[in-house]
Amino acid sequence: MAAKKAASKPNVSSDELTEYYREMLLIRRFEEKAGQLYGMGLIGGFCHLYIGQEAVVVGLEAAAEEGDKRITSYRDHGHMLACGMDPNGVMAELTGREGGYSKGKGGSMHMFSKEKHFYGGHGIVAAQVPLGAGLAFADKYKENGRVTFTYFGDGAANQGQVYETFNMAALWKLPVIFVIENNQYAMGTSQARSTSSPDIYTRGAAFGIKGEVVDGMDVLAVKEAGEKAVAHCRAGKGPYILEVKTYRYRGHSMSDPAKYRTREEVQRVREERDPIERVREMLLTGKHATEDELKAIDKEIKAIVNESAEFAKDSPQPAESELWTDITA
Amino acid sequence: MAIELLMPALSPTMEEGTLAKWLVKEGDTVSSGDIIAEIETDKATMEFEAVDEGVIGKILVAEGTENVAVNTAIATLLEEGEDADAAVTSSAAAPAEASSAAPATAKPAVAQEDDAPAPQMNLEPDWPEGTEVKQQTVREALRDAMAEEMRGNEDVFLMGEEVAEYQGAYKISQGLLDEFGSKRVIDTPITEHGFAGIGVGSAFGGLRPIVEFMTFNFAMQAIDQIINSAAKTLYMSGGQMGCPIVFRGPNGAAARVGAQHSQDYAAWYAQVPGLKVVMPYSASDAKGLLKSAIRDPNPVIFLENEILYGRAFDVPVMDDFTVPIGKARVWREGDDVTLVSFGIGMQYALEAADKLAEEGISAEVIDLRSLRPIDYDTVLASVMKTNRCVTVEEGWPVGSIGNHISATIMQKAFDYLDAPVINCTGKDVPMPYAANLEKLALVTTDEVIAAVKQVTYR
Repeated sequence: MAAKKAASKPNVSSDELTEYYREMLLIRRFEEKAGQLYGMGLIGGFCHLYIGQEAVVVGLEAAAEEGDKRITSYRDHGHMLACGMDPNGVMAELTGREGGYSKGKGGSMHMFSKEKHFYGGHGIVAAQVPLGAGLAFADKYKENGRVTFTYFGDGAANQGQVYETFNMAALWKLPVIFVIENNQYAMGTSQARSTSSPDIYTRGAAFGIKGEVVDGMDVLAVKEAGEKAVAHCRAGKGPYILEVKTYRYRGHSMSDPAKYRTREEVQRVREERDPIERVREMLLTGKHATEDELKAIDKEIKAIVNESAEFAKDSPQPAESELWTDITA
Repeated sequence: MAIELLMPALSPTMEEGTLAKWLVKEGDTVSSGDIIAEIETDKATMEFEAVDEGVIGKILVAEGTENVAVNTAIATLLEEGEDADAAVTSSAAAPAEASSAAPATAKPAVAQEDDAPAPQMNLEPDWPEGTEVKQQTVREALRDAMAEEMRGNEDVFLMGEEVAEYQGAYKISQGLLDEFGSKRVIDTPITEHGFAGIGVGSAFGGLRPIVEFMTFNFAMQAIDQIINSAAKTLYMSGGQMGCPIVFRGPNGAAARVGAQHSQDYAAWYAQVPGLKVVMPYSASDAKGLLKSAIRDPNPVIFLENEILYGRAFDVPVMDDFTVPIGKARVWREGDDVTLVSFGIGMQYALEAADKLAEEGISAEVIDLRSLRPIDYDTVLASVMKTNRCVTVEEGWPVGSIGNHISATIMQKAFDYLDAPVINCTGKDVPMPYAANLEKLALVTTDEVIAAVKQVTYR
């Protein structure tokens, strides 16, 4: 598939476009660094990288307002960076250190920031879906006008609790946006082999929930769809489904043998649909930025990421006494 | 400076691997994301990607080499303008001290309390002497507890199947819809996994939900949300995000409802750190503990019993009566044996104590009330006095609360014991339907009496 022309009416300023570039690049470089630290044994256990999917969270965060909430699965580093959490704190959690968001007790899959309204980081596929609806339930109860972005994947879309949640979210008109990040593979099982009907966005129809499909490799298209969904929720019309078609370049986790798809398939997406390259092209051809300016951004991002890696290596392991804290409040 | 490419760890457990194949040769230009080698682990053949751009300088480990340790330099990557002999810097600033660090000197949980003073029994009454009491059923006490807490805190709400218009499948929520309206007393569809998750999410979002399960048998549909989401999040978030929620409903056998509707979950939930677990017997405990549970900042599993719902007990007439979670109640003082029970097991323990008294055996009867945390001190102090103990519960014998109490007594009061502790439990079978078989499957007063006689050698 050839890269589409950038959104037909790029209703976006140079500053905004540059900012999306910067945010997506931060996620990409951060994840590359995380992969590197994993290879060095500094990050342990499971580590799920977001490389390739950056436009999804950056586009949706552009549609969010202060106070809106977000919750996602274990592939969560991108969501945290996009909502403004500190790269040092995220990386130090990956290395299991005291300076991490959960003091090293959560790990890659379990981080939270009440300050940034980020509610995790959940390791059980689809468990975050009712939790996200519950956050929206609390907002509706408090009548505060907030919405919750509840992210899950095409794999999670086959879990029963998703449909239990769709039913109640529609019944109670909860202000929740269900963002299905369809990266086409549930771990190693392609959508064609796992999903009877490929159009996941239509699955809300049975509950009366509107859904649409979005090109998740186009940050502006994602933002536009996000704004529409947010407006729907804030108007009190209940939940909304966005199926965002995206692609993960790396394995499901670090220990993915990559036997379920061809190298050429991955390479083709990287070359033809890369979300960061697309914005880079737009910035240059639209004369929003010069090569030198972009190089400066690259350098700046590299420095942030390197600093986070240094912080994550230098931060001490949590004190042994931490074993016994935070079990009950 | 050239960068060393190191043998990567490609799985949580990998320590070494085979460098199966190089896909680049010296002098090749690579950019971030290019596959440069294939590495075989014990599980799979994995692709190794470049994470930086540059030119492959020297290949240091030939393809086909086996048992290459993680973090061994396998090649060098040159930056623009460097040649292959350029000084080398390792891309690994430091080997992973995380994995090699000395393991935490884990102390067994009990050892922590080695220096603790001798356990004392807490005999403080639940309400001041002279307080007016009234007879009230467990059912009414539970309703009053919820109503009082809902009056006091706008964030408290009740959700569950048939809690509103039907007035509660077991009439526990009778009248609440009228008083608090449909915003705060919410009928859910029959969808335990879903509404348990929504309840937990709403607690993360700042509310104080009471989630009623029509019975705890159905909570198995929701067990992932209860354990993985509600119980563990405070810990996983380093203390940032707790989950103030109460999951309540009838637990254990009712009468003649068969195997799927007759199970005691006390020991299951009591095993989980991050939860609090209470299981009241009397109406005053039902009221006082439910009020405490609703105010508690943690997820609380509140196990009720259908057979006890209609039973009346003394309940103090007070504006705000609460019972602290984690404190046992001594129902009856005695010298010859300690009976430890909770929930409906208390009925058998108390009946047995009455009959034993007629035979001159003086039993001390302790109602644990809270199963997490457990009031160990009261149990231990009592056993140190009576030197004998029988536990009584309705649940299955394997991994029971009684097992845990026995183990604790062995560790902390072994020298005080004059007989092995006996656990009276339900039988190790699914609950049968036939009336005679059901009776056999449940723990009985006679079994408790027999156990006491055994430990007192009578």
